Amino acid sequence: MPFSGLELATVEYEQGEWGLNVSLKLSKGSLNGLIGASGAGKSTLLSLIAGFQTVNSGTIKFNGQTITRLPPSKRPISILFQEHNLFSHLTAFQNVLLGINPSLKVTDTTEQEVYAALDQVGLSSKEQRTPKNLSGGERQRVAIARTLVMKRPVLLLDEPFTALGPALRAEMLNLVKDLSLENGLTVLMVSHTPEDLAGFAENSAFMEKGRIIYFKPTRELLDGKSLPEITRYLKFEDNRD
Amino acid sequence: MEGHKPLIWPGFIALALTPGIAIVAIIYMAWLSIWNLNALIIDSYVFDVLEFTLFQATLSTLFSLLFALPVARALARRTNFPGRGVILKLFGLPLVIPVVVTVFGITAIWGQNGLVSGFLEYLGFNGLSPLYGLTGILIAHTFFNMPLMVRLLLPIWESIPGEYWRIASMTGMNSLSMFRYVELPKLRDGLPGLVILVFLLCFTSFTIVLILGGGPQSTTIEVAIFHEVRSNFNIPKAIFLALIQVGICFCISLLLLKFALFQPGSVTENRSSARPDIISPLSKINDAIWIALGCLWVGAPIAGIIAKGLLGPVFQVLGNQAVWEATIRSLMVGFGSGLIAVSLGLLLSSTTRDIAVRGKNTGLANRLELTGSQTLIVSPIILGTGLFVILSPFISVFEYNLYLATLINGFIAVPFVLRLVSPVLRENAEKHDALCNSLGLGSWNKIRIVEIPLAKKEIILAFALSTAMATGDLTSVVFFSSGSNPTLALMLYQALGNYRVNDSAVMALLLIVVCLMVFVIIERLGNALLRS
Repeated sequence: MPFSGLELATVEYEQGEWGLNVSLKLSKGSLNGLIGASGAGKSTLLSLIAGFQTVNSGTIKFNGQTITRLPPSKRPISILFQEHNLFSHLTAFQNVLLGINPSLKVTDTTEQEVYAALDQVGLSSKEQRTPKNLSGGERQRVAIARTLVMKRPVLLLDEPFTALGPALRAEMLNLVKDLSLENGLTVLMVSHTPEDLAGFAENSAFMEKGRIIYFKPTRELLDGKSLPEITRYLKFEDNRD
Repeated sequence: MEGHKPLIWPGFIALALTPGIAIVAIIYMAWLSIWNLNALIIDSYVFDVLEFTLFQATLSTLFSLLFALPVARALARRTNFPGRGVILKLFGLPLVIPVVVTVFGITAIWGQNGLVSGFLEYLGFNGLSPLYGLTGILIAHTFFNMPLMVRLLLPIWESIPGEYWRIASMTGMNSLSMFRYVELPKLRDGLPGLVILVFLLCFTSFTIVLILGGGPQSTTIEVAIFHEVRSNFNIPKAIFLALIQVGICFCISLLLLKFALFQPGSVTENRSSARPDIISPLSKINDAIWIALGCLWVGAPIAGIIAKGLLGPVFQVLGNQAVWEATIRSLMVGFGSGLIAVSLGLLLSSTTRDIAVRGKNTGLANRLELTGSQTLIVSPIILGTGLFVILSPFISVFEYNLYLATLINGFIAVPFVLRLVSPVLRENAEKHDALCNSLGLGSWNKIRIVEIPLAKKEIILAFALSTAMATGDLTSVVFFSSGSNPTLALMLYQALGNYRVNDSAVMALLLIVVCLMVFVIIERLGNALLRS
């Protein structure tokens, strides 16, 4: 019986002074967090899962199917970045449509799908606006709508809400959480704000120097008594501002 | 920001000289022609010249663009292409190599007795016809402007955020979709300005047309003005042609203001973000072919200059004292122009920096800096005609030929100085103003202790570039030439006119070496002095 969800088995990748070496199992439909200092390899890990970079060795599987060598467009994965999720010259509608048809062909069904997705993220009246006429939060909503129409079971979030204020960030996290649970998505979110994970992810991983040294319930990770490295990181995060 | 009043007078001095002198010259010429209306006739000669100028500039721009786009795209897609840095340096060479010299290289490859012609004859085809007239002019203009365009196009591609390529690969776009939805929109912002710039450069091209053109069928306005002043002594007609050209260039430059040149913005993500359409073997072959064609197009004529020079009577020419005296004159013009350009550039940018950073008016600052680019409208020949008309009642102008050539070359290089130095000055002002104010540094101390030291590298580069460019100049030198004290470029041009082709080939090689040495030595020496 194959593992149901996303599975990374000794995934290795060469980079700089230390290499990345990760094994990780995210069960289907679970919400997970990933924290760690800058340069720990969090974004690289997401790139490897999404297929923007290719692993040197190891396998990545989803529901038992190996996806290690597939191009990004063939993987069951969508991703949200911190910035530039939208093409600045395309409207919100077109940016979402891109998720269904990469050459922007419109049919009646796709049109309805796009409108439905924009409706779900609360942007039903702004589909003809370009990103520069949308607020930071609205832009990320459009990007979320695109991941919805792509209908891919795994969602990776690379600090997508870091640039937003606290209240808006909480709102966006709730939106993603609701939509993910509704659609049964397996989610992995990188964050620089540990408290964001508290209400979002059941389990969280801590990454240091290319390795995941901890993966347990988020509550336990955040109480700061788990591992000296994590305590140091959390303290440093507190003193940062 | 708390601080002192912006420095206004340095910029005022700079603007009074350039474009101040040019504006005075144009107004004076317009005034003169009001009293000489019967010279203002568009006869068939003027019409032919005007038609040819527009025609060749349009074709030159078109060919440069059609060649530059695929080469730039290939270079942009292949960030790891072997020798990419060297290729970009090669593409920068046409800017520094004297125009008069490259005509040699181009005839060595494309001329009647050139490499391509020889190869065709070897294969049993007919050889090429002589490289004069439109064909030669187009080849020479494409030689200069294709690499220029590639260098200015690359930042546009580089400004595409890495996330865009990731979205493209995640959604599964093909190469055509990527071009349509990712690359084309970015190009739309930057391309019009670039096209207008190259069109203006070809429209006012002088040296290439002077050597490769001939007769009204292939003469540009710029060259026609030169002939009216120096051969026909028909000053009213020269003035009339000058006013026509200024009028046309002014209108085209207004378009340039509208579109502006592309300013690369900040790219948020600098992680590796390879685009997905570069893996297929077909795309690799396609890119390699375009890059190779680009390198050949630029590299072959340069190699041609070197080969022709080395095969010429090297010792005979280098043993001629007159050649070395001419070289020294070239260097004097070069260094003088470099000093003028850097001084004017620094004066103007210290004011525009204050206006932009301390006065928070970036728009005004940018517009003031744009006036430094007046040579796009008032070309060296027109400025020369203006100075000739203004000064000739008082002095015998051609006795001061080298001084006037130095001055005009200094003016021409100001835009390059501004482009290199101004961004650094502004950036440093943004970074360090608060600290300087809290330390109570006055404006001159700030310039002396903080700003000049931080911008030294760019100032040295600007000086090296403007000096090298002026050292190889022919335009202003030939316009004011007195016949008795030629620079190396002029001596080379005269040798060419007397069909002493072998001598001039050696001089061409010498001139290239001198210009490149000037550039390298100033840059190396300056930076070595910086470190010690």
